[in-house]
Amino acid sequence: MSIQYTVASSPHIREGATTRRIMGDVLIALLPATAASVWFFGLRALLLVVVCVLTAVGWEWASRRLMKRPDTIGDLSAAVTGLLLALNLPVTIPLWIAVVGTFTAIVAIKQLFGGIGQNFMNPALGARAILVVAYGQAMTTWVAPGAGAGVDAISIATPLMALREGGDLPSYLDLFIGHVGGSLGETSALAILLGFVWLLARRVISWEIPVLFCGTTVLLVWFLGTDGLFTGDPLFHLLSGGLLLGAVFMATDYSTSPVSRRGKWIFAVGCGLLTAVFRLFTSMPEGVSFAIILMNSLTPLLDRMTIPVSFGGERNG
Amino acid sequence: MIRRFKPVPGIHLADRKGTEGCRTETVPIPGQILIPMVQHIGAACVPTVKKGDAVLAGQVIGDSDAYVCAPIHASVSGVVTAVESMLCFGNRQVQTVIIRPDADQRLLPGLSPPVVDSRESFLKAVRASGLTGLGGAGFPAHVKLNPPKGVQPDLLVINAAECEPFITSDYRECMEHPARIVAGIQSVLKWTGVDKAIIGIEDNKPEAIALLREHARDDDRITLGVLKSQYPQGAERVLIHTLTGRRVKTGKLPADAGCLVMNVTSVSFLQSYLDTGMPLMKKRVTVDGPFVKKPGNMEVFIGTPLSDVFAACGGLTGQPEKILMGGPMMGVSMHSADVPVIKNTNALLVLDRQLGGMPAESACIRCGRCARGCPMGLQPLDINRAVVNRAWEELPSYQAMDCIECGSCSYVCPANRYLVQSIRLAKDHIRRHPVKAEVKKA
Repeated sequence: MSIQYTVASSPHIREGATTRRIMGDVLIALLPATAASVWFFGLRALLLVVVCVLTAVGWEWASRRLMKRPDTIGDLSAAVTGLLLALNLPVTIPLWIAVVGTFTAIVAIKQLFGGIGQNFMNPALGARAILVVAYGQAMTTWVAPGAGAGVDAISIATPLMALREGGDLPSYLDLFIGHVGGSLGETSALAILLGFVWLLARRVISWEIPVLFCGTTVLLVWFLGTDGLFTGDPLFHLLSGGLLLGAVFMATDYSTSPVSRRGKWIFAVGCGLLTAVFRLFTSMPEGVSFAIILMNSLTPLLDRMTIPVSFGGERNG
Repeated sequence: MIRRFKPVPGIHLADRKGTEGCRTETVPIPGQILIPMVQHIGAACVPTVKKGDAVLAGQVIGDSDAYVCAPIHASVSGVVTAVESMLCFGNRQVQTVIIRPDADQRLLPGLSPPVVDSRESFLKAVRASGLTGLGGAGFPAHVKLNPPKGVQPDLLVINAAECEPFITSDYRECMEHPARIVAGIQSVLKWTGVDKAIIGIEDNKPEAIALLREHARDDDRITLGVLKSQYPQGAERVLIHTLTGRRVKTGKLPADAGCLVMNVTSVSFLQSYLDTGMPLMKKRVTVDGPFVKKPGNMEVFIGTPLSDVFAACGGLTGQPEKILMGGPMMGVSMHSADVPVIKNTNALLVLDRQLGGMPAESACIRCGRCARGCPMGLQPLDINRAVVNRAWEELPSYQAMDCIECGSCSYVCPANRYLVQSIRLAKDHIRRHPVKAEVKKA
């Protein structure tokens, strides 16, 4: 036998898709929301974003090294987590709390459970939930857009708090553009929708989870409205709080949402249902993050329950 | 055509069919011909010649009494120099008849068109021709054309999809022998009692579609099914479903869905055998890939070593990473260029490291691209996880046996996971432990 060649099991060619490119697309999709946060909340927002991204990547690098596992910062998933966490924080948050947040997200929630693809809940949302419990005051101090983050900034209510407590409500236009109080990335519906379009166009995510999630929530809050049936304000609920940010960027997280289409439907409707219930019937004016985290914990079960019937298998009914 | 069923998913591949304009050229008789006794699915042939025997072109040199087996003919005249075991296609050790060709290419006397006057004599002729599925699978044709009692297919599906990148050998058959293809279809319809035929061909071959349509115009039993160019459109079960909406269930045969499926080159060869009596001795292969100096479609005497085929194409200009028999998605990689072309070889591809390299795996991110691309509706990531974790008891619920091994999942995976490769392990495990797997399921 003369020259030997590589013998391998087919296929012999690959498309060339990479995890890095997918995560890069998510980062690009988050650019409008990031830019909007800087526009509305000033350079402090940019500082917060930079700190979160850098420390998230740093924790990823350090924990992989400590565990003697291959370095994974190149896949950009840690950068995505850092950016998402930043967009879920109020602009006034002390930087050290943000760093505690990225540690929780990357080390405690992601790497200790095996790294990318293995975490049981969305790292950014999990970290946010823990920060809300641990640093409640700092996590719920909101300032008006354009007011900066200095000591003299006036704290205001978020639109959902105002809705609940009967304060002045912002106009739909302000909600759509993002000229309201809230965490960095959640205020501008416009910026989030731009990102959504990018993710769809690049086929990073499919429409099911965002649309069914938002649809379920607004239908329910409309139906169960504050003054009897069918008196809710669906548009207000759609545009305010973390609903759009959560539905587009958090609930669609690959690791923590079901793979099958049927699983995605159940997951999305469950997220929407819980969000509506939390918003209407609990002491939390917001509800998106806890709704998603709860559904994250059901994902392994949903995955098992919704294995599709194969082409040649028997369909029941 | 109005479809009332949802087509199965597929993926888009770059065509790379640069050789579609290359007319068939003949590779000269090489210095040595190696004819393995396994060139089909089924029982191996037993050599009927021994070292020192003189053989004539067209003479049977291997056969067996087994039903699922087709005879193997000498493609050249010459002297048998050895009958020995050789590592060949599929990386198996196979008994191989080695012939030193003489210059005359003397044909076996008495090769003449077979007398066909009944279904039985037709099937006998098909077997005698040595025909096995030329599209790649290599199933003996006389077995396929003779479905079990009680199963009467009503549709002959001709597979001209050729959905793999690079390969254009079936396309050349359509361009160069459209009349023979149509005549072959008519012969098969006549002797198998099947009512209608449909030719499945991808829409990236407009000239071949026009030619076939022209030749089949006067026979209203034959229609053309133009398919969207999508991989794996030519996979048997996918092809049947796309053209008819029928589903071949897990573990069943196309005949169970009322279909006979034949490759377009197979049906064309069959007609040529009925016309001339010349058994299967040559095969057209597409030779292409980065290091091939003069890519083309080459007609090769079966048994010609790959190195001689490459030499006829101007040689190779670099050190290949892989040499494939068949397409880049489902072809088999060869350890050496000394192995021969066999009956079902439809392409010889040379891949460089960039095209055919072996990328390192990273963690599954559960993006679901493998599942969305799977024509069989599987979730390859689940099977992969079960195999990697040796969680064999999980396999039954993932229906791994339905995998057609098209490779789409591995192709699209952003983490470069070896998905279909692990599904092959899963299938192998299920075949070895059928009872155990069932017990654990319950």
